[in-house]
Amino acid sequence: MRRLGGGVEDEEKWLAEGIAGIQHNAFFMHRALDANNLREVLKYSALMLSELRTSKLSPQRYYDLYMRAFDQLRQLEIFFKDESRHGLPVVDLYELVQHAGNILPRMYLLCTVGSVYIKSKQAPSKDVLKDLVEMCRGVQHPIRGLFLRSYLAQVSRDKLPEIGSDYEGDANTVMDAVEFVLQNFTEMNKLWVRIQHQGPGTVRERQEKERNELRDLVGKNLHVLGQIEGVDLDMYKETVLPRILEQVVNGKDELAQYYLMECIIQVFPDEYHLQTLETLLAACTQLMPTVDTKIVLTQLMDRLSNYAASSPDVLHEFLQVEAFAKLNNAIGKVIDTQLEMPIVGAMTLFVSLLTFALRVHPDRLDYVDQVLGACVVKLSSVPKLEDARAMKQVVALLSAPLEKYNDIVTALTLSNYPRVMDHLDDGTNKVMAMLIIQSIMKNNSCISTADKVEVLFELIKGLIKDLDGNATEELDEEDFQEEQNSVARLINMLDNEEPEEMIKIIYVVRKHIMTGGTRRLPFTIPPLVFSALRLVRQLESQSGDITGEDVQATPRRIFQILNQTIEVLSSVPRPELALRLYLQCAEAASDCDLEPVAYEFFTQAFILYEEEIADSKAQVTAIHLIVGTLQRINVFGVENRDTLTHKATGYSARLLKKPDQCRAVYACSHLFWVDDDDLDGIKDGERALLCLRRALRIANAAQQMANATRGSSGPVTLFVEILNKYIYFYEKGNPHITPSDIQSLIELINTEMQSDNNNGNTRRTHSDPFFTSTLRYIRFQKQKGGLIGDKYDLIKL
Amino acid sequence: MNYLLGAFKPACNVSITFTDGKNRKQVPIKKDNGQTVMNPLFQSQETIAGKVIIEPYQGKKVEHNGVKVELLGQIEMYFDRGNFYDFTSLVRELDVPGDIYERKTYPFEFPTVEMPYDTYNGVNVRLRYVLKVTVTRGYSGSIVEYQEFMVRNYAPPPPINNSIKMEVGIEDCLHIEFEYNKSKYHLKDVILGKIYFLLVRIKMKNMDLEIRRRESTGAGANTHVETETLAKFELMDGTPVRGESIPVRLFLAPYDLTPTHRNINNKFSVKYYLNLVLVDEEDRRYFKQQEITLYRLKADTSSV
Repeated sequence: MRRLGGGVEDEEKWLAEGIAGIQHNAFFMHRALDANNLREVLKYSALMLSELRTSKLSPQRYYDLYMRAFDQLRQLEIFFKDESRHGLPVVDLYELVQHAGNILPRMYLLCTVGSVYIKSKQAPSKDVLKDLVEMCRGVQHPIRGLFLRSYLAQVSRDKLPEIGSDYEGDANTVMDAVEFVLQNFTEMNKLWVRIQHQGPGTVRERQEKERNELRDLVGKNLHVLGQIEGVDLDMYKETVLPRILEQVVNGKDELAQYYLMECIIQVFPDEYHLQTLETLLAACTQLMPTVDTKIVLTQLMDRLSNYAASSPDVLHEFLQVEAFAKLNNAIGKVIDTQLEMPIVGAMTLFVSLLTFALRVHPDRLDYVDQVLGACVVKLSSVPKLEDARAMKQVVALLSAPLEKYNDIVTALTLSNYPRVMDHLDDGTNKVMAMLIIQSIMKNNSCISTADKVEVLFELIKGLIKDLDGNATEELDEEDFQEEQNSVARLINMLDNEEPEEMIKIIYVVRKHIMTGGTRRLPFTIPPLVFSALRLVRQLESQSGDITGEDVQATPRRIFQILNQTIEVLSSVPRPELALRLYLQCAEAASDCDLEPVAYEFFTQAFILYEEEIADSKAQVTAIHLIVGTLQRINVFGVENRDTLTHKATGYSARLLKKPDQCRAVYACSHLFWVDDDDLDGIKDGERALLCLRRALRIANAAQQMANATRGSSGPVTLFVEILNKYIYFYEKGNPHITPSDIQSLIELINTEMQSDNNNGNTRRTHSDPFFTSTLRYIRFQKQKGGLIGDKYDLIKL
Repeated sequence: MNYLLGAFKPACNVSITFTDGKNRKQVPIKKDNGQTVMNPLFQSQETIAGKVIIEPYQGKKVEHNGVKVELLGQIEMYFDRGNFYDFTSLVRELDVPGDIYERKTYPFEFPTVEMPYDTYNGVNVRLRYVLKVTVTRGYSGSIVEYQEFMVRNYAPPPPINNSIKMEVGIEDCLHIEFEYNKSKYHLKDVILGKIYFLLVRIKMKNMDLEIRRRESTGAGANTHVETETLAKFELMDGTPVRGESIPVRLFLAPYDLTPTHRNINNKFSVKYYLNLVLVDEEDRRYFKQQEITLYRLKADTSSV
């Protein structure tokens, strides 16, 4: 270990010296080769190989040196092969090279001659191989030993007595080949593991690095084993695997165990793994506690999963060996025994196991549930999941069934699914909930029973309500809206043809979203309401079919619920929204011929209007909504209707701004004149006219106020609008609207406009084109002739 | 010039040849001056026969008081230089005193010679076999010629050859158990075994297996012990963990080994040990030594 103090520069120097030494001796060796002088050849080749005896180089540089010697040894091998050049039978040569005093050159030469010896077939290859692998024991220095043995592996690779090779037969069986490789592997592994025990602990890190650089030398043996022709399952099961695992386990070395397990999994065929699953898994549980068993297991499961996916024919094999049960068992054991394994590790394992279960046993939901159950147990044992990576794994775990089955419905039958979700933190829980919703959206899956809805909402409760009272947490408003919009969309996805079930669904949804708090309700209630209304319409369309006392799904009951639901909104407070919903309900109720219900909704809406809606703009909007709805509803009796219209007009007149008043009031005129084909429809022309007149008055007042302050052209617009209403009702045949009324209004507008201009206000206002168009419309109607034309002819422009 | 030199030259050229010299195996041996020469190889109970050729130089005659050939087995201690100890001495008289005028060939034969010990060339001691031809002369000094030859004796595989197994350790620091498959190895053998680590609390750099030769010469107070490490073979690189077992496979052939010699003629012993050495990162060495017996197996015909 003299290289402790040596820096990189020194190493470069030593390497250069080593290379120079090799080249120097190789030169003389070549001269001797040319002269066919065996004695000299042996002398200089031994000298050349002596350069490999250095202890000063790191593995990487040693490899450099080794490769140079390796090239030279190829030349030597060619010479050895040709007996006519050196004149010695190969068996004598085999002895002769063993006279070399130093072990390392001796062994390199012996391996080289050995390979020639096997090729000559003068001795059974198994004997030669056995001898070589045994004699190599003399080199116990880890790095030198590893390289020597890797040289042996290399020169012997094409000379193993495997099935189909020239060297197989008689006494040489594939077993001998396996035995040889296994032994070489065993020894290399021991050497490799030993590096860590060299030198003081301070250089540990560098040693780890060096060992990593060397690991492929060891792993190569496993590759060879994997490639040997004729290693059948029995042999693998009885000999190869147990021997390898014995090494792995007994090596008690973290790096080696991890790497070798990885190698085993990668190198040997899938079906072998499957058949030896028990052994392999048993080994996994015996690894050092620091070994990252989860990656090993994960790889194994991934491989098996892919194998299962590769062809349906192999699936029965999985069943035969009870692959799932075994894996599940092993993972349980690993998690139990490796207490210090971070939670993320356990989660990764579960994800792999789940993937495996999904791929191999897509029909066995109980397996999936079992995995999730185990996951719950594990999660319960830790206080609270805070590791972000672990969280990610859990999300992956939960997403896997969704992706596999493309159907949340399946996931909903997994009893442990929500319990796993409980262990997520709020943020992740939401992410997961979003994933679930997205999955539903994507697949357009319909959740059609109340039970499932119940479970589903339990799953996504992170979105439905604040968890654990940490509502103070700052949320990104945009994200929040996004989430709630998703929930809203989800609510719309819930559907069942059967009203009875649908009403149950609605009950469930309602129960859940009511817990959502003031911020969520405005998002969640509307879809619920509309969902309910849809049901109402459905009931209505098949009305008569349903009878019976205890029928839940009657429109009346639904409206009752809706009433209560919307009421919550008003206290949120989102009165405008509540008002809109009330009106929607009222209209729906009207369609169902439920007058008292509709009336009740209107009452609610009016109360809201009076008590909660204070903003003038909101009031304007509300009034127009109310008027619009009221106008369309035809269920009310005269008395109720009067009350409501009276109220509405009253509200209109009391709006804050004159123009708003004016517009509201002329809108109210429609309440008295509903233009439909219904004969007994409301056609109260007088009161409509009254409304218009009132609007006109208000417009006048507004005009005067505007004159006082100057500059506002609004009132003219109002006049034009009112004119349009006049024309509308006139055209519809309201007897109380006379052509003279229209004419005087036109004149009024003209005057107003002129006075406006006289006042020096030459600016063109937007009411001009509006007015002009209105006039043009009248002229146009005149020219039409017929009934309408006659009517319009009465209006003089 | 030639004439002058010729005056100091011996009067004749003596050479010794073995009967089957052409076919007999030759093995190299290192001389004192570092050169390697090839010598014929024999073993105990063999008949050593050949010819001694005496060839006087042109126109000279060799007067002598007799010609003899001796077969000597000698032990030479380096710290007691020049003092040979002959443990075997056989003589053949080849000629009675007389004159030699021309090239003369004397066949000789030592039938089934007892040569119990191997030729050995150690750090402090040498054991050698030699044929010595002496042309005895009166005043002008005898003419002596040597011809060395090698002797190697073979042993059958030992009937009892237990493994070596032992647990050793330093309390609370390092406990190992090692096992070598045999306690007696022939020279081209392979040592197989394993080192099993029961407890490891030190950081190790490497572990070697050494073959050591312990040569002790003399006796009593004059005993000289010399230990050489003939092989250093790395068994392990780096620190093992408890429960690890490291294989041992050491081929003896490449090393220059001799059989174990125990108390050769009361003069010297050569023993071999396996020394297991662990070196920690502070370069401290922990070791355990075990004697092994080496022998030469008959079947062994390699050229070393």
